[in-house]
Amino acid sequence: MRMLTFAKRNLKEILRDPINLIFGLGFPLILLLLLSAIQANIPVNLFEIDTLTPGITVFGLSFITLFSATLVAKDRESALLQRLYTTPLTGFDFILGYMLPLLPVAVGQTVVCYLFAIPLGLTVSINIFYAIIGIVPMVIFNIALGLLCGSILGVKQVGSICGALLTNLSAWLSGVWFDLKLVEGFLEELAGVLPFVHAVETEKALFSGNYELAFGHILPILLYSVFITVASVFFFLRQMKKQ
Amino acid sequence: MQKIKTIDLVKRYKNLTAVDKLNLEIYHGELFSLLGVNGAGKTTTIKMLTCITKPSDGDAFVDGHSIVNEPEKVKQLIGVSPQETAVAPNLSVRENLELICGIHSFSKERTKAQIKELSKQFTLESVLNRKAGKLSGGYKRRVSIAMALISEPEILFLDEPTLGLDVIARHELWDEIRSLKGKTTIILTTHYMEEAEALSDRIGIMKDGKLLATGTVEELKENTGTTDFESAFLSVVKEGTK
Repeated sequence: MRMLTFAKRNLKEILRDPINLIFGLGFPLILLLLLSAIQANIPVNLFEIDTLTPGITVFGLSFITLFSATLVAKDRESALLQRLYTTPLTGFDFILGYMLPLLPVAVGQTVVCYLFAIPLGLTVSINIFYAIIGIVPMVIFNIALGLLCGSILGVKQVGSICGALLTNLSAWLSGVWFDLKLVEGFLEELAGVLPFVHAVETEKALFSGNYELAFGHILPILLYSVFITVASVFFFLRQMKKQ
Repeated sequence: MQKIKTIDLVKRYKNLTAVDKLNLEIYHGELFSLLGVNGAGKTTTIKMLTCITKPSDGDAFVDGHSIVNEPEKVKQLIGVSPQETAVAPNLSVRENLELICGIHSFSKERTKAQIKELSKQFTLESVLNRKAGKLSGGYKRRVSIAMALISEPEILFLDEPTLGLDVIARHELWDEIRSLKGKTTIILTTHYMEEAEALSDRIGIMKDGKLLATGTVEELKENTGTTDFESAFLSVVKEGTK
């Protein structure tokens, strides 16, 4: 009950910030529209709507990390957390209270992306549903990464690291914008180590009904999600004690 | 009746001793002010008593419960208004108050009654539906104190409640704080001498983490052989420096 009250407050804080809506929802939709327009004039396989949409849904999740990190960092800096630490809320309540409300927001963002892509020519099938379900491990990774960053960084640093670095990593090393084979060598290997490209490939595979391929790519994401969630819990509790 | 008792309470941060063997007793219904210049250890003391930070040594008992071994019980008894305004900016004043009621598992009826009572007491009726982040400094501080009081705490901690407020807002808030005296035990930190003098039943003067003197304004003046409180404060602090 206590945790849900706190989660409800966090959901309101996120949804009432117009910047969150513009970046979280508006930006991925604009990209879909823009790249579809380019595709219509200069056909590129990568920008075909059935290939592009799963990638954009994964890219959009980097903003969820930004929201999560900004909320935690702002609360820490505004002394609101200090006040709440003197209430009966436990560490478990805080962590779940921050993570839970972002889950429907992130899944909602994915649903809106797929729905928006339908009039642009997206193939409609049950696989859209599977792709939405399949994105959940990556959603957890992004939310936990936000909690981790918000626990150790200030608001300004969160803006630089999550807002600039992470969105660029997610953009350039995910294979959404270009085929990673074009940058063979170190960058391709680095991309293979990070979860972004696996998330995009999972989405693409689920969307195209290639479940075996999706299973192979979802495993590293699950490992990353577990690792980052454990790390975020550790660092959040550590900063709580440091207070 | 004793509400708070600290026993050789110490807080060290690496090479700095922020609070040094603090021994203090605060009684039911009194307004006790911790007065001192910046860095005296007032806020650190409050942070330990409210279980935000653990003492390095010693212990304190809040209504008989140890802040070291029973922080959950202590948290049920206290309300805290931190030094910086601690409100959720995108939530309305009403939602901020509801947040604290929800965290304390109040029923809907109790929440409604508490909000009605406190918004009247702190004249917040006209801003109940406005976003807390958009309010003036004085209103934000009132909301912050109302949030600390809404759980009906037995002990209220006010950390520099009027810091940064203009004269009018400060005096209005003093009236609000005075109206709480007797019902709730209040521990207030301040570095404004006139604030401590105007509000307190008793005052504790701190410097460099040490409690140098405690007493009523009259007792402190008498003990230092001074005629005004400012001189009494300066005398205690200078004596403590020697």
